[in-house]
Amino acid sequence: MKILIRGGRLVDATQKLDKVGDLYVAAGRVVGVDRIPDGFSPNRTIDAQNLIVSAGLVDLSARLREPGYEYLATLESEMTAAVAGGVTSLACPPDTDPALDEPGLVEMLKYRAQGLNQCRVFPIGALTTGLDGQRITEMAELRDAGCLGFSQAMRPIADTQVLARALAYAATFNFCVWLQPQDAYLGRGGFAHDGEVATRLGLAAIPVTAETVAIATIILLMRETGARVHFCRISSARGLDMIHQARLEGLPVTCDVGVHHLHLSEMDMGWFDSNCHLSPPLRSITDRDALRAAACSGLIDAICSDHSPVDEDTKQVPFAESSVGATGLELLLPLTLKWGKERGLSLGETLEPVTTKPAQILGIAAGTLQEGTLADICIFDPNAEWKVEASSIVSQGKNTPFLGYNLQGRVQLTLVGGQVIFDRSPKSNKNAQ
Amino acid sequence: MSAHPQLDSQGRLQHLLTIDGLPASIITQILDTAQHFKETGADSKKLPLLAGKSVFNLFFEPSTRTRTTFEIAAKRLSADVINLNVAASSQSKGETLLDTVDNLSAMSADMFVVRHAESGAAHMIARHVAAGIHVVNAGDGRHAHPTQALLDMFTIRHFKGSFQNLRVAIIGDVLHSRVARSQIHALTTLKVPEVRVIAPKTLIPKDVENMGVHVYHDMQKGLKDVDVVMALRLQNERMNGALLPSREEFFKYYGLTPEKLAVARSDAIVMHPGPMNRGVEIDSAVADGPQSVILSQVTFGIFVRMAVMAILAENT
Repeated sequence: MKILIRGGRLVDATQKLDKVGDLYVAAGRVVGVDRIPDGFSPNRTIDAQNLIVSAGLVDLSARLREPGYEYLATLESEMTAAVAGGVTSLACPPDTDPALDEPGLVEMLKYRAQGLNQCRVFPIGALTTGLDGQRITEMAELRDAGCLGFSQAMRPIADTQVLARALAYAATFNFCVWLQPQDAYLGRGGFAHDGEVATRLGLAAIPVTAETVAIATIILLMRETGARVHFCRISSARGLDMIHQARLEGLPVTCDVGVHHLHLSEMDMGWFDSNCHLSPPLRSITDRDALRAAACSGLIDAICSDHSPVDEDTKQVPFAESSVGATGLELLLPLTLKWGKERGLSLGETLEPVTTKPAQILGIAAGTLQEGTLADICIFDPNAEWKVEASSIVSQGKNTPFLGYNLQGRVQLTLVGGQVIFDRSPKSNKNAQ
Repeated sequence: MSAHPQLDSQGRLQHLLTIDGLPASIITQILDTAQHFKETGADSKKLPLLAGKSVFNLFFEPSTRTRTTFEIAAKRLSADVINLNVAASSQSKGETLLDTVDNLSAMSADMFVVRHAESGAAHMIARHVAAGIHVVNAGDGRHAHPTQALLDMFTIRHFKGSFQNLRVAIIGDVLHSRVARSQIHALTTLKVPEVRVIAPKTLIPKDVENMGVHVYHDMQKGLKDVDVVMALRLQNERMNGALLPSREEFFKYYGLTPEKLAVARSDAIVMHPGPMNRGVEIDSAVADGPQSVILSQVTFGIFVRMAVMAILAENT
């Protein structure tokens, strides 16, 4: 199958590319960037006029809810949501049921995902068995089964001796450990940022120290063990400062932020909007502004959707009782574009933290349009406005703080490995083959 | 969620969920209406203002005083009152909060008086019910207890005449107290010039100064020259642990005793929302002493709750 993507604006920060041109795809790979390969004769031509042609998005955290939580979402529903959002590669955290702590489970997940032929799925293995924070997993076996990193998802390891040993063992094999920094005790029983709004609403709180104490502990243990750590979902200005210091010191540390945290703060909880019940909590406006700036400066490497589809009924309860998380796969692109526009970034700079940079963290050859790479491509209209509502979201999870918002930027076509996997145009059935 | 949670488009009260954001004019209207009921002897004869209406007391958390005074208030307004101790019925069978509300709405409820252990429960019910059904928050988690704060304001106005030139101190477990939050909003909305909170640091919530109060950790300093002292109930489960070492130490340093009260103005009044822990947050000599207006609070609570229900019914 040879595809010509004609007349789109090709954007790829890795090649300092931002120009209108043609892209050539053959045998699943990019074979020409604004330069026709010898003897290229397309089977299909895609008209990309007035559209952006970018590498497909790489999302560092999307919960697909399999195995164990199929009533919330399934691989089918969420992988379809991913490609509808232009996400061609995603990492899924291990907090499934059972947790991704055995090679067999990882192989099964990868096999199921491959069979569905949508986006690429990269499991993150559990760091401890059952995420219990007590016994480390067979990390090398899990790596062989396909895990690209090891994590505790939202379950911190309370026992610092176990944490130190887990980091040391991972460092033996140079595995990257993904940790959402949260002290096991300081935020216990809390639901919202410890600040003005939680005080006013009478919600038990999670202080910033829950994050900073954990970061401090992890950084000290990194020095000791030589482990590589990727910090997930940083939420505070102080936490960012500490990661900045660690990076200046030369420690092998990267970090990401959830896309909701680039736009929202504690103020958005309004009168107990349970769609704003997220982990980590939405913090102060000062924290949010620090996150926005750090994503520009490169201190924050990647922006992820932190996609967490939940059952609508579990959000229709008082805030503290509501499920944690928001749907995000289809909002990642428009919310990243919104951030980039508001910060005055070029399109290339805007897309880096959702393409190139997360691909580097995962260690996969993706997030670029360079010749020879797999043709994972997202074609989108940056100006198309759409309203976020239950009917406009493909994911089974309709829970988002942005419900009712008009957002700009909508995916038209998504290619994975040179195949058109998603096509929003009404004629898509004819065009797809 | 841009619409006001408790006022309609004409600014009329539709639900009473919190004092936060409630205009001073509505607070004054409630206090004046309660005053009218008090003066016209509404404690001895029935008024027809809620005749033919059904008031459901929906208590997901146990309460004696609040539920009883709401019941008396509704009956004096000629409403039909249905008391539901939900903790013991449908919730334990797994029914959701909103399903419970839907079922009761289908039994022609006109008003829900709701108490729930979680902050925001009353807001959620108010968002959910059909137009014309009113929700009164009788306490939600740590968030709000608006009728308690209103009856406290009624009591202050009764004994002090107005809210001008007052110094008010709130003592005790502010962190977990829905009463304190509603009192603070009411006092600042009514432009009381100085509101203080006094407690150890473990019982003061973050950034509480942003609500317009001054924080004290020392009773001698905090009570100096105040006109009104409002003690808060300290829940049993807070007394021994990481928040406080013991009830004895709390009483020694933060319990309201005649000695500590002596630094307040000589005509200062002492209030407590009840139920009291004698010898924990308040000494019996103060609770039963000449400055205590605690039993007046209970009596006034009926007029204030009548006023709230009458105004809501009128705004249907």
